Amino acid sequence: MAFPDRIERTIEVAHPPGQVWAALTTAEGLGTWFGNEATVDLRPGGPARMTWANGSTVEMRVERVEEPTVFSFTWPIYGLPEDDPRRTYVEFTLEPAGTGTRLTVVESGFAQLPEDAYRKAYDGNTDGWALELAELVDYLDAA
Amino acid sequence: MPPDPVLAEPEAVAEQVFVALADPSRRAILAELASAGPATATDLAARLPITRQAIAKHLALLAEAGLVTAEPGERRRVRYRLRSAPMQVAQQFLAALARDWDGPLSALQDHLDRSTG
Repeated sequence: MAFPDRIERTIEVAHPPGQVWAALTTAEGLGTWFGNEATVDLRPGGPARMTWANGSTVEMRVERVEEPTVFSFTWPIYGLPEDDPRRTYVEFTLEPAGTGTRLTVVESGFAQLPEDAYRKAYDGNTDGWALELAELVDYLDAA
Repeated sequence: MPPDPVLAEPEAVAEQVFVALADPSRRAILAELASAGPATATDLAARLPITRQAIAKHLALLAEAGLVTAEPGERRRVRYRLRSAPMQVAQQFLAALARDWDGPLSALQDHLDRSTG
């Protein structure tokens, strides 16, 4: 399978899980090593945001908060249009390793496709204006 | 292990997109349709430094791949319109490749080292 759905990385850091947890889950931590500024509402379903000095922003939704072992969120898929509804799922797992921490990050969901993308990608029929107008209606309904 | 059919299909779609984009003439045709909207083969030949005959060949390949769709235009001339769905599938493939975790994770390591150092 050459179409990668998930990305996984594991690193060992010489700091205990509690410290790594703080770096991953606090506004101060995320706004230092990842973004230039961050806000985090640390509860499942809570919103979080990172912004960068170049003006870019990413909106996250916190999913799992199991201190100090699992922290996860979803965020938009990098490279897709801003209004694309698809999101990837990012999960950090922290395990004690000696006096430090083994940190694993798994990002999954790159290969997901919404129903309408399947239809549009595989259906060779000419759809013309009828489809465009239907999409406009869907868009207005969703707004 | 046979490939997951759900995942194999996007891969086939993405492959067709990359094959289409590998050719500079086809890139020019797709770019023209993207920027200026639906056009006939004759329109494209007038605007691009590509012969009418070559354009027809490329459009046939692009239509086969589902990247353009033929639709009836004025005076029964066939117009070609860009289809973005396969591009979106290919974008997801690129998104997975473009996602950089190595950079942020090494920044995290530096951050932890500094904050305790």
